Amino acid sequence: MQVSMKLELRDTPGQLVTALTPISDMGGNIRTVIHEHDHAAGSNVLSVEVVIEIPAELVQPLIERLRSEGITILRLGEERMSYRQSVILIGHLVHTDLGDTVDRIDRTGFAEVTCMSLSMPAITERTSAQFIIKSLTREHMQQAMEILREVARQKDFLLIEPLEA
Amino acid sequence: MMRLAIIGMGSVGRGILSALSSRSPGLLITAVADSRSGWIHPDGLDPEEILHRKKSTGLCGDPGITAETIIRTAPYDVLVEVTPTDALTGEPAASNIRGALERGCHVVTSNKGPVSLHSHELSALAEKHGVSFRYEATVAGAIPIIHTLQHGLGGNEIISLYGVLNGTCNYILTRMAEEGLTYRQALDEARTLGYAEADPTYDVRGIDAAIKLVILANTIWKKQITIQDVDVTGIDLLTQEALRLADQQDATIRLIGEIIPSQGVYRLCPRIVPRDHPLVVHGSLNAIIVNTDLAGELVFVGKGAGSLETASAIMSDILFIRDCHAGGY
Repeated sequence: MQVSMKLELRDTPGQLVTALTPISDMGGNIRTVIHEHDHAAGSNVLSVEVVIEIPAELVQPLIERLRSEGITILRLGEERMSYRQSVILIGHLVHTDLGDTVDRIDRTGFAEVTCMSLSMPAITERTSAQFIIKSLTREHMQQAMEILREVARQKDFLLIEPLEA
Repeated sequence: MMRLAIIGMGSVGRGILSALSSRSPGLLITAVADSRSGWIHPDGLDPEEILHRKKSTGLCGDPGITAETIIRTAPYDVLVEVTPTDALTGEPAASNIRGALERGCHVVTSNKGPVSLHSHELSALAEKHGVSFRYEATVAGAIPIIHTLQHGLGGNEIISLYGVLNGTCNYILTRMAEEGLTYRQALDEARTLGYAEADPTYDVRGIDAAIKLVILANTIWKKQITIQDVDVTGIDLLTQEALRLADQQDATIRLIGEIIPSQGVYRLCPRIVPRDHPLVVHGSLNAIIVNTDLAGELVFVGKGAGSLETASAIMSDILFIRDCHAGGY
């Protein structure tokens, strides 16, 4: 599973290594490390945000190991879907089974529609909708986009994708 | 002096004459033609006089002289082919260009029809006769994108290209985003201001921009694609609500052409683009981003159409030919 943690470390050399070593020792895969020095606050601690991939049964042992190293865990949460993309769909969304359109993404298990914002000017006119889609990985997002393109072809929607370049 | 025969007296042809009347880059106009008349003078014609004649009589020359006669018999070194584009057949421009190349004359054109349909054939014909065939003005107006990619970035691998290549669509999208106009209102405004044709289909359905992608793909990457190979979606089905939804996330919608040759991607469609992205240019401007292996990312912005802007691209092609073939004239 993917877990995001906010750790508080003493701002002394070697602390980041001390915090990250147990993660890799236990077979965790470190996805991102966001490292903030907060000198303005005049404190001698720094906080680090890490996102890791680790088997669910090892999360508790990891927490204990980090605590035994003197590291404070400020926040811990499961980060299922870390990739986020927003698309716009224009067409007769409601009359072409909106539930099905959303489900085609959700039932993949690797991507889901997490937010939807609809604008329906009149019953006979086309609806414009913004979908926020989250996925496990970048490749999964590309697969989700391919599914949406297929849905757009079948249901005659105009799909507007973000420019990633 | 390099001698020019200019075929076509529309906005582009007149722009070239205006540009030539205010500077003397060492070029001599020995023949001109519009669709109904022509004028030949081996010692050179005065651009101001041609413009005056066209304005006062509607013809640039003598009704007895045709473009075809000029191409086959008049004395010239470079044919400047600036007749209106026929995207389906490429005619009469394609025949005009062949005629000049077969005589061993260079050709410069702003005409997208023959270039998108026959660029490989015409370039091969030019090579066979030891002359140049150049068409900078067919893509992105005043931005010297073809020259830059072929020569300025020579030695680079061009990994991808993204661009806003149609000023009419960009104008419409800018007005929908900034003024909250509907697609219909913005199109009407573009027509009133002369940014859109009476029949805007060619622009708003993306055909014009897709043709430019074809020209770039076939010229820069030596592909053999046609417009059927480009995945094209226009802007004519966009709604005001869609622009508002994009706006809520600090983004907007632009018609973006995309070429990623290694993945076989040739695509033109409306895209959600962050408002501070370099491709978000305003009004009728064009913009292009290229990613290269040595030079990294480069951005070009400029006017994509207009009489003098297109004349700028034509002139640079003519002068490039003159400089490459220096000594011959």
